[in-house]
Amino acid sequence: MIRFVDVHKSYRVDGKDIPALEPFSLDIADGEVFGIIGHSGAGKSTLIRLINLLERPSGGRILIGDVELTALGDAALRAQRRHIGMIFQHFNLLSSQTVADNIAFPMRLAGERDPTAIRRRVDELLERVGLTVHADKFPSQLSGGQKQRVGIARALANHPSILLCDEATSALDPQTTASVLELLGQINRDLKLTIVLITHEMDVVRRVCDRVAVLDAGRIVEHGEVADVFLHPQHETTRRFVDEALPEEAAGGTSLYAQVPGRILRLSFRGEATWSPTLGRVTRETGVDFNILAGRIDRIKDLPYGQLTLAMQGAGIDQALSSLRAAGIDVEEIAR
Amino acid sequence: MTLAFATPLHELFPNIDDWGELGHACIDTLLMLGGSLALTVLIGLPLGVLLYLTGRGQIREMPKLYGLLSLIVNILRSIPFIILMIVLMPLTHILVGTKLGIRGAIPPLVIGAAPFFARLVETALREVERGVIEASQAMGATTWQIVRHVLLPEARPGIIAGVTVTAIALVAYTAMGGAIGAGGLGDLAYRYGYLSYKSDYMVVTVFLLIVLVQLLQMIGDRVVAHFSQR
Repeated sequence: MIRFVDVHKSYRVDGKDIPALEPFSLDIADGEVFGIIGHSGAGKSTLIRLINLLERPSGGRILIGDVELTALGDAALRAQRRHIGMIFQHFNLLSSQTVADNIAFPMRLAGERDPTAIRRRVDELLERVGLTVHADKFPSQLSGGQKQRVGIARALANHPSILLCDEATSALDPQTTASVLELLGQINRDLKLTIVLITHEMDVVRRVCDRVAVLDAGRIVEHGEVADVFLHPQHETTRRFVDEALPEEAAGGTSLYAQVPGRILRLSFRGEATWSPTLGRVTRETGVDFNILAGRIDRIKDLPYGQLTLAMQGAGIDQALSSLRAAGIDVEEIAR
Repeated sequence: MTLAFATPLHELFPNIDDWGELGHACIDTLLMLGGSLALTVLIGLPLGVLLYLTGRGQIREMPKLYGLLSLIVNILRSIPFIILMIVLMPLTHILVGTKLGIRGAIPPLVIGAAPFFARLVETALREVERGVIEASQAMGATTWQIVRHVLLPEARPGIIAGVTVTAIALVAYTAMGGAIGAGGLGDLAYRYGYLSYKSDYMVVTVFLLIVLVQLLQMIGDRVVAHFSQR
Protein backbone atom coordinates (compact mmCIF):
# COMPACT_ATOMS: atom_id res chain seq x y z
CA MET A 1 0.00 0.00 0.00
CA ILE A 2 1.16 3.48 -0.86
CA ARG A 3 -0.06 5.91 1.74
CA PHE A 4 0.03 9.69 1.70
CA VAL A 5 -0.70 11.24 5.10
CA ASP A 6 -1.39 14.99 5.17
CA VAL A 7 1.12 15.53 2.40
CA HIS A 8 1.57 18.93 0.85
CA LYS A 9 4.14 20.49 -1.40
CA SER A 10 5.10 24.01 -2.29
CA TYR A 11 7.99 25.43 -4.24
CA ARG A 12 10.05 28.35 -3.09
CA VAL A 13 10.37 30.88 -5.88
CA ASP A 14 12.06 34.22 -5.23
CA GLY A 15 11.52 33.87 -1.49
CA LYS A 16 7.81 33.13 -1.84
CA ASP A 17 6.14 29.77 -1.33
CA ILE A 18 4.10 28.75 -4.35
CA PRO A 19 1.77 25.89 -3.45
CA ALA A 20 1.90 22.98 -5.88
CA LEU A 21 -0.15 20.44 -3.95
CA GLU A 22 -2.57 21.30 -1.19
CA PRO A 23 -2.66 18.99 1.83
CA PHE A 24 -4.12 15.61 0.98
CA SER A 25 -4.26 12.04 2.22
CA LEU A 26 -4.61 9.13 -0.14
CA ASP A 27 -4.20 5.36 -0.08
CA ILE A 28 -3.28 3.33 -3.13
CA ALA A 29 -3.90 -0.39 -2.64
CA ASP A 30 -1.49 -3.17 -3.57
CA GLY A 31 -2.05 -4.54 -7.05
CA GLU A 32 -4.38 -1.84 -8.30
CA VAL A 33 -3.94 0.44 -11.28
CA PHE A 34 -4.40 3.94 -9.93
CA GLY A 35 -4.79 6.84 -12.31
CA ILE A 36 -4.18 10.49 -11.56
CA ILE A 37 -5.72 12.75 -14.14
CA GLY A 38 -5.31 16.48 -14.46
CA HIS A 39 -4.46 19.25 -16.86
CA SER A 40 -0.86 20.36 -17.22
CA GLY A 41 0.16 22.39 -14.20
CA ALA A 42 -2.39 20.66 -11.95
CA GLY A 43 0.43 19.05 -9.95
CA LYS A 44 0.16 15.47 -11.16
CA SER A 45 3.79 15.33 -12.15
CA THR A 46 4.77 16.47 -8.65
CA LEU A 47 2.37 14.00 -7.07
CA ILE A 48 3.78 10.96 -8.84
CA ARG A 49 7.34 12.04 -8.01
CA LEU A 50 6.47 12.11 -4.34
CA ILE A 51 6.10 8.34 -4.42
CA ASN A 52 9.82 7.79 -5.03
CA LEU A 53 10.79 11.09 -3.44
CA LEU A 54 12.23 12.56 -6.62
CA GLU A 55 10.23 15.43 -5.13
CA ARG A 56 10.34 15.88 -1.37
CA PRO A 57 7.06 16.91 0.26
CA SER A 58 7.02 20.17 2.19
CA GLY A 59 5.12 18.37 4.92
CA GLY A 60 3.37 15.11 5.73
CA ARG A 61 4.42 11.49 5.52
CA ILE A 62 4.66 9.05 2.63
CA LEU A 63 4.67 5.33 3.37
CA ILE A 64 5.13 2.29 1.17
CA GLY A 65 3.97 -0.74 3.12
CA ASP A 66 5.46 -0.24 6.58
CA VAL A 67 8.37 1.86 5.38
CA GLU A 68 8.11 5.57 5.92
CA LEU A 69 10.01 6.92 2.91
CA THR A 70 10.05 10.46 4.23
CA ALA A 71 12.03 9.28 7.28
CA LEU A 72 14.76 7.44 5.37
CA GLY A 73 18.37 8.49 4.88
CA ASP A 74 19.94 8.71 1.43
CA ALA A 75 21.27 5.15 1.22
CA ALA A 76 18.06 3.58 2.53
CA LEU A 77 16.01 5.69 0.13
CA ARG A 78 18.13 4.53 -2.81
CA ALA A 79 17.56 0.94 -1.74
CA GLN A 80 13.79 1.57 -1.64
CA ARG A 81 13.83 3.23 -5.06
CA ARG A 82 15.15 0.01 -6.55
CA HIS A 83 11.75 -1.54 -5.77
CA ILE A 84 9.89 1.24 -7.55
CA GLY A 85 10.08 1.18 -11.33
CA MET A 86 9.35 4.32 -13.32
CA ILE A 87 8.65 5.05 -16.98
CA PHE A 88 8.57 8.45 -18.61
CA GLN A 89 6.86 10.40 -21.35
CA HIS A 90 10.13 10.86 -23.23
CA PHE A 91 11.42 7.39 -22.30
CA ASN A 92 14.74 8.70 -20.89
CA LEU A 93 16.86 5.84 -22.21
CA LEU A 94 20.64 5.95 -22.36
CA SER A 95 21.37 6.81 -25.98
CA SER A 96 24.92 5.45 -25.74
CA GLN A 97 23.78 1.99 -24.64
CA THR A 98 22.07 -0.83 -26.50
CA VAL A 99 18.55 -1.96 -25.68
CA ALA A 100 19.95 -4.91 -23.68
CA ASP A 101 22.35 -2.67 -21.74
CA ASN A 102 19.60 -0.17 -21.01
CA ILE A 103 17.51 -2.95 -19.51
CA ALA A 104 20.48 -4.31 -17.57
CA PHE A 105 21.33 -0.85 -16.24
CA PRO A 106 19.23 -0.89 -13.04
CA MET A 107 20.56 -4.37 -12.23
CA ARG A 108 24.13 -3.15 -12.58
CA LEU A 109 23.32 -0.11 -10.45
CA ALA A 110 22.01 -2.47 -7.79
CA GLY A 111 25.34 -4.29 -7.80
CA GLU A 112 24.52 -7.34 -9.92
CA ARG A 113 27.83 -8.45 -11.48
CA ASP A 114 27.07 -11.92 -12.80
CA PRO A 115 26.79 -11.58 -16.61
CA THR A 116 24.78 -14.79 -17.02
CA ALA A 117 22.21 -13.69 -14.43
CA ILE A 118 21.95 -10.30 -16.15
CA ARG A 119 21.67 -11.89 -19.58
CA ARG A 120 18.97 -14.29 -18.43
CA ARG A 121 16.88 -11.54 -16.85
CA VAL A 122 17.31 -9.25 -19.86
CA ASP A 123 16.19 -12.01 -22.24
CA GLU A 124 13.16 -12.68 -20.06
CA LEU A 125 12.20 -8.99 -20.06
CA LEU A 126 12.82 -8.58 -23.80
CA GLU A 127 10.45 -11.43 -24.41
CA ARG A 128 7.81 -9.96 -22.09
CA VAL A 129 7.82 -6.64 -23.96
CA GLY A 130 8.22 -8.26 -27.38
CA LEU A 131 11.61 -6.79 -28.32
CA THR A 132 13.80 -9.89 -28.42
CA VAL A 133 15.06 -9.19 -31.94
CA HIS A 134 16.02 -5.62 -31.05
CA ALA A 135 18.36 -6.48 -28.14
CA ASP A 136 21.50 -5.10 -29.77
CA LYS A 137 20.02 -1.96 -31.32
CA PHE A 138 20.45 1.53 -29.97
CA PRO A 139 17.42 3.56 -28.82
CA SER A 140 17.72 5.95 -31.78
CA GLN A 141 16.96 3.00 -34.07
CA LEU A 142 13.61 2.29 -32.39
CA SER A 143 10.12 3.74 -32.77
CA GLY A 144 8.44 5.59 -29.88
CA GLY A 145 6.37 2.58 -28.89
CA GLN A 146 9.44 0.34 -28.91
CA LYS A 147 11.38 2.85 -26.81
CA GLN A 148 8.59 2.86 -24.23
CA ARG A 149 8.69 -0.95 -24.18
CA VAL A 150 12.41 -0.75 -23.42
CA GLY A 151 11.51 1.73 -20.67
CA ILE A 152 8.99 -0.73 -19.26
CA ALA A 153 11.46 -3.64 -19.41
CA ARG A 154 14.07 -1.50 -17.68
CA ALA A 155 11.60 -0.47 -14.98
CA LEU A 156 10.80 -4.12 -14.29
CA ALA A 157 14.42 -5.33 -14.17
CA ASN A 158 14.79 -5.33 -10.39
CA HIS A 159 11.40 -6.96 -9.71
CA PRO A 160 9.70 -3.83 -8.40
CA SER A 161 6.42 -3.94 -6.52
CA ILE A 162 5.33 -0.54 -7.85
CA LEU A 163 5.47 0.90 -11.35
CA LEU A 164 5.12 4.66 -11.81
CA CYS A 165 4.05 5.87 -15.24
CA ASP A 166 4.72 9.54 -15.93
CA GLU A 167 2.55 10.41 -18.96
CA ALA A 168 3.89 7.21 -20.46
CA THR A 169 1.69 7.30 -23.54
CA SER A 170 1.43 11.05 -24.15
CA ALA A 171 4.14 11.06 -26.80
CA LEU A 172 2.67 8.07 -28.66
CA ASP A 173 0.08 7.77 -31.41
CA PRO A 174 -3.33 6.26 -30.53
CA GLN A 175 -2.56 2.79 -31.81
CA THR A 176 0.78 2.58 -30.02
CA THR A 177 -0.88 4.01 -26.91
CA ALA A 178 -3.39 1.18 -26.99
CA SER A 179 -0.68 -1.47 -27.25
CA VAL A 180 1.41 0.06 -24.46
CA LEU A 181 -1.67 0.29 -22.22
CA GLU A 182 -2.46 -3.31 -22.96
CA LEU A 183 1.08 -4.29 -22.00
CA LEU A 184 0.75 -2.34 -18.73
CA GLY A 185 -2.55 -4.08 -17.97
CA GLN A 186 -0.98 -7.44 -18.65
CA ILE A 187 1.97 -6.69 -16.38
CA ASN A 188 -0.43 -5.58 -13.66
CA ARG A 189 -2.32 -8.88 -13.89
CA ASP A 190 0.68 -11.20 -14.30
CA LEU A 191 3.01 -9.65 -11.75
CA LYS A 192 0.41 -8.29 -9.30
CA LEU A 193 2.27 -5.02 -9.60
CA THR A 194 0.79 -1.78 -8.31
CA ILE A 195 0.68 0.78 -11.12
CA VAL A 196 0.31 4.50 -10.55
CA LEU A 197 -0.07 6.52 -13.71
CA ILE A 198 -0.59 10.15 -14.47
CA THR A 199 -2.25 11.33 -17.63
CA HIS A 200 -4.33 14.10 -19.11
CA GLU A 201 -6.41 11.68 -21.16
CA MET A 202 -9.57 10.18 -19.67
CA ASP A 203 -9.36 7.45 -22.26
CA VAL A 204 -6.13 6.15 -20.68
CA VAL A 205 -7.87 6.03 -17.30
CA ARG A 206 -10.91 4.27 -18.77
CA ARG A 207 -8.82 1.57 -20.43
CA VAL A 208 -6.52 0.48 -17.63
CA CYS A 209 -7.30 2.07 -14.28
CA ASP A 210 -9.23 0.59 -11.36
CA ARG A 211 -9.40 3.83 -9.43
CA VAL A 212 -8.76 7.42 -10.33
CA ALA A 213 -8.07 10.71 -8.63
CA VAL A 214 -8.87 13.96 -10.41
CA LEU A 215 -6.41 16.73 -9.75
CA ASP A 216 -7.28 20.35 -10.31
CA ALA A 217 -4.97 23.24 -9.41
CA GLY A 218 -3.11 21.23 -6.75
CA ARG A 219 -6.24 19.74 -5.20
CA ILE A 220 -7.67 16.24 -5.46
CA VAL A 221 -11.25 17.20 -6.30
CA GLU A 222 -12.61 13.71 -6.72
CA HIS A 223 -11.44 10.13 -6.41
CA GLY A 224 -12.93 6.68 -6.51
CA GLU A 225 -13.68 3.70 -8.73
CA VAL A 226 -13.23 4.63 -12.36
CA ALA A 227 -16.77 3.48 -13.25
CA ASP A 228 -18.29 5.70 -10.53
CA VAL A 229 -16.24 8.73 -11.45
CA PHE A 230 -16.72 8.12 -15.13
CA LEU A 231 -20.46 7.60 -15.08
CA HIS A 232 -21.29 10.07 -12.30
CA PRO A 233 -18.74 12.86 -12.36
CA GLN A 234 -19.31 15.31 -9.49
CA HIS A 235 -16.77 18.02 -10.08
CA GLU A 236 -16.71 20.39 -13.05
CA THR A 237 -13.14 19.40 -14.00
CA THR A 238 -14.06 15.72 -13.92
CA ARG A 239 -17.10 16.38 -16.07
CA ARG A 240 -14.94 18.06 -18.68
CA PHE A 241 -12.55 15.11 -18.75
CA VAL A 242 -15.43 12.68 -19.05
CA ASP A 243 -16.97 14.69 -21.86
CA GLU A 244 -13.71 14.39 -23.78
CA ALA A 245 -14.09 10.63 -23.67
CA LEU A 246 -17.85 10.75 -24.41
CA PRO A 247 -17.83 13.25 -27.21
CA GLU A 248 -21.42 13.10 -28.41
CA GLU A 249 -22.79 15.62 -25.93
CA ALA A 250 -19.59 17.53 -25.31
CA ALA A 251 -19.86 19.60 -28.45
CA GLY A 252 -23.43 20.93 -28.23
CA GLY A 253 -24.23 20.25 -24.60
CA THR A 254 -27.73 19.28 -23.52
CA SER A 255 -29.25 22.39 -25.08
CA LEU A 256 -29.25 20.30 -28.27
CA TYR A 257 -32.37 18.64 -26.96
CA ALA A 258 -34.41 21.83 -26.37
CA GLN A 259 -36.78 21.03 -29.23
CA VAL A 260 -37.19 17.34 -28.41
CA PRO A 261 -40.60 16.40 -26.95
CA GLY A 262 -40.75 14.22 -23.85
CA ARG A 263 -38.50 13.90 -20.81
CA ILE A 264 -34.78 13.67 -21.51
CA LEU A 265 -33.14 10.84 -19.55
CA ARG A 266 -29.63 9.48 -19.35
CA LEU A 267 -29.45 5.78 -18.60
CA SER A 268 -26.20 4.23 -17.45
CA PHE A 269 -25.78 0.47 -17.55
CA ARG A 270 -22.91 -1.35 -15.95
CA GLY A 271 -21.63 -4.88 -16.11
CA GLU A 272 -24.23 -7.57 -16.87
CA ALA A 273 -27.03 -4.99 -17.15
CA THR A 274 -25.36 -3.80 -20.36
CA TRP A 275 -26.19 -7.04 -22.08
CA SER A 276 -29.78 -7.66 -20.89
CA PRO A 277 -32.80 -6.29 -22.80
CA THR A 278 -34.15 -4.39 -19.78
CA LEU A 279 -35.14 -1.25 -21.63
CA GLY A 280 -37.29 -3.21 -24.09
CA ARG A 281 -39.01 -5.16 -21.32
CA VAL A 282 -39.74 -2.04 -19.23
CA THR A 283 -41.17 -0.05 -22.12
CA ARG A 284 -43.43 -2.95 -23.10
CA GLU A 285 -44.66 -3.33 -19.55
CA THR A 286 -45.31 0.37 -18.94
CA GLY A 287 -46.39 1.39 -22.45
CA VAL A 288 -43.96 4.32 -22.64
CA ASP A 289 -42.35 5.26 -25.90
CA PHE A 290 -38.77 6.42 -26.37
CA ASN A 291 -36.45 7.94 -28.87
CA ILE A 292 -32.67 7.42 -28.71
CA LEU A 293 -30.78 10.71 -28.88
CA ALA A 294 -27.25 9.52 -28.16
CA GLY A 295 -25.57 6.43 -26.90
CA ARG A 296 -22.50 4.32 -26.59
CA ILE A 297 -21.49 0.94 -25.35
CA ASP A 298 -17.88 0.43 -24.30
CA ARG A 299 -15.69 -0.90 -21.53
CA ILE A 300 -14.18 0.65 -18.45
CA LYS A 301 -11.16 -1.60 -18.07
CA ASP A 302 -12.92 -5.01 -18.06
CA LEU A 303 -16.34 -3.72 -17.10
CA PRO A 304 -18.81 -3.30 -19.94
CA TYR A 305 -20.95 -0.20 -19.65
CA GLY A 306 -23.48 1.61 -21.75
CA GLN A 307 -24.87 5.11 -21.75
CA LEU A 308 -28.05 6.07 -23.55
CA THR A 309 -29.67 9.45 -23.80
CA LEU A 310 -33.40 9.05 -24.42
CA ALA A 311 -36.46 11.21 -24.90
CA MET A 312 -39.27 9.33 -23.17
CA GLN A 313 -43.02 9.94 -23.58
CA GLY A 314 -46.15 8.34 -22.17
CA ALA A 315 -48.19 8.12 -19.01
CA GLY A 316 -46.12 5.38 -17.37
CA ILE A 317 -42.77 7.22 -17.26
CA ASP A 318 -42.45 7.29 -13.48
CA GLN A 319 -43.27 3.62 -13.25
CA ALA A 320 -40.80 2.90 -16.05
CA LEU A 321 -38.08 4.81 -14.22
CA SER A 322 -38.54 2.87 -11.01
CA SER A 323 -38.51 -0.44 -12.93
CA LEU A 324 -35.28 0.57 -14.65
CA ARG A 325 -33.72 1.56 -11.34
CA ALA A 326 -34.88 -1.72 -9.83
CA ALA A 327 -33.03 -3.54 -12.62
CA GLY A 328 -29.80 -1.82 -11.59
CA ILE A 329 -29.76 0.91 -14.22
CA ASP A 330 -28.85 4.42 -13.21
CA VAL A 331 -31.34 6.95 -14.46
CA GLU A 332 -30.67 10.63 -14.47
CA GLU A 333 -33.00 13.26 -15.79
CA ILE A 334 -31.28 15.90 -17.88
CA ALA A 335 -32.45 19.47 -17.57
CA ARG A 336 -32.49 21.46 -20.75
CA MET B 1 72.68 15.45 -45.74
CA THR B 2 73.17 12.33 -47.82
CA LEU B 3 69.58 11.36 -48.40
CA ALA B 4 68.47 11.29 -52.03
CA PHE B 5 65.72 13.83 -51.53
CA ALA B 6 67.97 16.14 -49.57
CA THR B 7 69.25 17.96 -52.60
CA PRO B 8 65.98 19.45 -53.85
CA LEU B 9 64.96 20.22 -50.27
CA HIS B 10 68.28 21.89 -49.73
CA GLU B 11 67.78 23.99 -52.84
CA LEU B 12 64.29 24.91 -51.74
CA PHE B 13 65.28 25.88 -48.19
CA PRO B 14 68.93 26.98 -48.44
CA ASN B 15 69.11 28.32 -44.87
CA ILE B 16 68.07 25.10 -43.21
CA ASP B 17 71.35 23.35 -42.69
CA ASP B 18 70.35 20.96 -39.92
CA TRP B 19 67.24 18.93 -40.73
CA GLY B 20 67.97 16.79 -37.69
CA GLU B 21 67.37 19.77 -35.44
CA LEU B 22 64.01 20.26 -37.10
CA GLY B 23 63.15 16.60 -36.46
CA HIS B 24 64.11 17.03 -32.80
CA ALA B 25 61.93 20.12 -32.56
CA CYS B 26 59.05 18.14 -33.99
CA ILE B 27 59.48 15.40 -31.41
CA ASP B 28 59.78 18.01 -28.63
CA THR B 29 56.52 19.62 -29.72
CA LEU B 30 54.80 16.25 -29.82
CA LEU B 31 56.14 15.36 -26.36
CA MET B 32 54.98 18.69 -24.90
CA LEU B 33 51.63 18.25 -26.55
CA GLY B 34 51.19 14.65 -25.42
CA GLY B 35 52.32 15.27 -21.86
CA SER B 36 50.33 18.44 -21.36
CA LEU B 37 47.20 17.05 -23.06
CA ALA B 38 47.22 13.95 -20.84
CA LEU B 39 47.57 16.04 -17.68
CA THR B 40 45.03 18.60 -18.90
CA VAL B 41 42.42 15.88 -19.39
CA LEU B 42 43.34 14.29 -16.07
CA ILE B 43 42.78 17.57 -14.21
CA GLY B 44 40.20 19.22 -16.46
CA LEU B 45 37.77 16.30 -16.66
CA PRO B 46 37.10 16.03 -12.91
CA LEU B 47 37.07 19.81 -12.65
CA GLY B 48 34.47 19.99 -15.44
CA VAL B 49 32.36 17.33 -13.75
CA LEU B 50 32.56 19.24 -10.47
CA LEU B 51 31.56 22.48 -12.20
CA TYR B 52 28.60 20.69 -13.77
CA LEU B 53 27.42 18.93 -10.61
CA THR B 54 27.63 22.00 -8.36
CA GLY B 55 26.02 24.30 -10.94
CA ARG B 56 22.64 25.92 -10.50
CA GLY B 57 19.77 23.44 -10.58
CA GLN B 58 22.05 20.42 -10.86
CA ILE B 59 22.02 17.31 -8.71
CA ARG B 60 24.72 18.52 -6.29
CA GLU B 61 23.98 22.23 -6.43
CA MET B 62 26.49 24.18 -4.29
CA PRO B 63 26.41 27.84 -5.26
CA LYS B 64 29.43 28.90 -3.17
CA LEU B 65 31.75 26.15 -4.40
CA TYR B 66 30.57 26.66 -7.96
CA GLY B 67 31.17 30.41 -7.70
CA LEU B 68 34.69 29.87 -6.39
CA LEU B 69 35.64 27.27 -9.02
CA SER B 70 34.10 29.37 -11.72
CA LEU B 71 36.10 32.42 -10.64
CA ILE B 72 39.40 30.50 -10.63
CA VAL B 73 38.66 29.07 -14.05
CA ASN B 74 37.78 32.48 -15.44
CA ILE B 75 40.93 34.10 -14.01
CA LEU B 76 43.20 31.44 -15.50
CA ARG B 77 41.42 31.67 -18.83
CA SER B 78 41.65 35.44 -19.03
CA ILE B 79 45.45 35.63 -18.68
CA PRO B 80 47.25 35.47 -22.05
CA PHE B 81 49.25 32.28 -22.19
CA ILE B 82 52.64 33.92 -22.62
CA ILE B 83 52.06 36.03 -19.50
CA LEU B 84 50.81 33.00 -17.59
CA MET B 85 54.03 31.21 -18.47
CA ILE B 86 56.18 34.00 -17.09
CA VAL B 87 54.07 34.47 -13.97
CA LEU B 88 54.16 30.76 -13.25
CA MET B 89 57.95 30.40 -13.60
CA PRO B 90 58.67 30.18 -9.85
CA LEU B 91 55.92 27.61 -9.42
CA THR B 92 57.17 25.70 -12.45
CA HIS B 93 60.62 25.57 -10.92
CA ILE B 94 59.24 24.14 -7.69
CA LEU B 95 57.11 21.57 -9.52
CA VAL B 96 59.58 20.19 -12.09
CA GLY B 97 62.95 21.65 -11.06
CA THR B 98 63.45 23.72 -14.21
CA LYS B 99 61.83 26.61 -16.00
CA LEU B 100 63.08 25.53 -19.43
CA GLY B 101 62.60 22.82 -21.98
CA ILE B 102 59.78 20.36 -22.32
CA ARG B 103 59.49 19.76 -18.59
CA GLY B 104 59.45 23.47 -17.84
CA ALA B 105 56.69 24.02 -20.41
CA ILE B 106 54.29 21.40 -19.18
CA PRO B 107 53.05 23.01 -15.90
CA PRO B 108 52.03 26.32 -17.51
CA LEU B 109 50.52 24.48 -20.49
CA VAL B 110 48.40 22.37 -18.16
CA ILE B 111 47.42 25.27 -15.92
CA GLY B 112 46.48 27.27 -18.99
CA ALA B 113 44.54 24.53 -20.77
CA ALA B 114 42.85 22.60 -17.93
CA PRO B 115 40.35 25.38 -17.03
CA PHE B 116 39.54 25.78 -20.71
CA PHE B 117 38.95 22.06 -21.09
CA ALA B 118 36.93 21.96 -17.86
CA ARG B 119 34.50 24.51 -19.31
CA LEU B 120 34.14 22.44 -22.46
CA VAL B 121 33.41 19.38 -20.32
CA GLU B 122 30.84 21.32 -18.28
CA THR B 123 29.11 22.45 -21.48
CA ALA B 124 29.12 18.93 -22.93
CA LEU B 125 27.61 17.52 -19.72
CA ARG B 126 24.84 20.11 -19.75
CA GLU B 127 23.74 18.67 -23.09
CA VAL B 128 22.84 15.39 -21.40
CA GLU B 129 19.06 15.19 -21.05
CA ARG B 130 17.74 15.95 -17.56
CA GLY B 131 15.25 13.13 -17.91
CA VAL B 132 17.98 10.52 -18.23
CA ILE B 133 19.55 11.71 -14.99
CA GLU B 134 16.15 11.74 -13.29
CA ALA B 135 15.51 8.19 -14.51
CA SER B 136 18.82 7.09 -13.00
CA GLN B 137 17.95 8.74 -9.70
CA ALA B 138 14.61 6.95 -9.77
CA MET B 139 16.54 3.69 -10.17
CA GLY B 140 18.47 4.44 -7.00
CA ALA B 141 21.77 5.48 -8.60
CA THR B 142 24.35 7.28 -6.47
CA THR B 143 25.88 10.53 -7.72
CA TRP B 144 29.08 8.66 -8.55
CA GLN B 145 27.12 6.04 -10.53
CA ILE B 146 25.35 8.81 -12.42
CA VAL B 147 28.66 10.45 -13.31
CA ARG B 148 30.37 7.20 -14.23
CA HIS B 149 27.56 5.37 -16.04
CA VAL B 150 25.27 8.14 -17.32
CA LEU B 151 26.92 11.54 -17.66
CA LEU B 152 30.32 10.56 -19.04
CA PRO B 153 29.11 7.94 -21.56
CA GLU B 154 26.20 10.11 -22.73
CA ALA B 155 28.42 13.18 -23.15
CA ARG B 156 31.32 11.25 -24.66
CA PRO B 157 31.13 12.69 -28.20
CA GLY B 158 31.03 16.23 -26.80
CA ILE B 159 33.91 15.57 -24.42
CA ILE B 160 36.04 14.07 -27.19
CA ALA B 161 35.32 17.09 -29.38
CA GLY B 162 36.49 19.18 -26.40
CA VAL B 163 39.73 17.18 -26.21
CA THR B 164 40.34 17.93 -29.90
CA VAL B 165 39.76 21.65 -29.47
CA THR B 166 42.01 21.66 -26.39
CA ALA B 167 44.78 19.73 -28.18
CA ILE B 168 44.78 22.28 -30.97
CA ALA B 169 44.84 25.15 -28.48
CA LEU B 170 47.82 23.42 -26.83
CA VAL B 171 49.67 23.30 -30.18
CA ALA B 172 49.36 27.06 -30.33
CA TYR B 173 50.46 27.39 -26.69
CA THR B 174 53.55 25.19 -27.24
CA ALA B 175 54.57 27.30 -30.20
CA MET B 176 54.21 30.42 -28.05
CA GLY B 177 56.14 28.73 -25.27
CA GLY B 178 59.02 28.38 -27.71
CA ALA B 179 59.63 32.09 -27.44
CA ILE B 180 60.65 31.81 -23.82
CA GLY B 181 62.74 28.71 -23.92
CA ALA B 182 60.32 25.81 -24.08
CA GLY B 183 61.88 24.34 -27.23
CA GLY B 184 60.00 22.65 -30.04
CA LEU B 185 58.85 23.99 -33.40
CA GLY B 186 57.83 27.36 -31.98
CA ASP B 187 61.33 27.84 -30.63
CA LEU B 188 62.87 27.20 -34.07
CA ALA B 189 60.41 29.48 -35.81
CA TYR B 190 61.13 32.24 -33.33
CA ARG B 191 64.93 31.92 -33.06
CA TYR B 192 65.82 31.18 -36.68
CA GLY B 193 62.78 32.34 -38.56
CA TYR B 194 62.21 35.61 -36.70
CA LEU B 195 65.40 36.62 -34.88
CA SER B 196 67.83 35.40 -37.61
CA TYR B 197 65.70 36.29 -40.64
CA LYS B 198 65.85 32.71 -41.97
CA SER B 199 62.33 32.80 -43.32
CA ASP B 200 62.49 29.28 -44.72
CA TYR B 201 62.58 28.01 -41.13
CA MET B 202 59.39 29.92 -40.57
CA VAL B 203 57.75 28.37 -43.62
CA VAL B 204 58.69 24.81 -42.71
CA THR B 205 57.72 25.07 -39.04
CA VAL B 206 54.40 26.72 -39.83
CA PHE B 207 53.75 24.03 -42.43
CA LEU B 208 54.48 21.30 -39.88
CA LEU B 209 52.20 22.97 -37.33
CA ILE B 210 49.40 23.12 -39.88
CA VAL B 211 49.85 19.43 -40.66
CA LEU B 212 49.77 18.65 -36.93
CA VAL B 213 46.57 20.63 -36.33
CA GLN B 214 44.95 19.08 -39.38
CA LEU B 215 45.83 15.59 -38.16
CA LEU B 216 44.50 16.27 -34.67
CA GLN B 217 41.22 17.58 -36.04
CA MET B 218 40.83 14.60 -38.35
CA ILE B 219 41.50 12.06 -35.63
CA GLY B 220 39.17 13.90 -33.26
CA ASP B 221 36.36 14.01 -35.79
CA ARG B 222 36.77 10.30 -36.56
CA VAL B 223 36.54 9.34 -32.90
CA VAL B 224 33.50 11.57 -32.34
CA ALA B 225 31.81 10.06 -35.39
CA HIS B 226 32.56 6.58 -34.09
CA PHE B 227 30.81 7.29 -30.80
CA SER B 228 27.94 9.17 -32.41
CA GLN B 229 26.79 6.35 -34.67
CA ARG B 230 23.87 5.74 -32.39
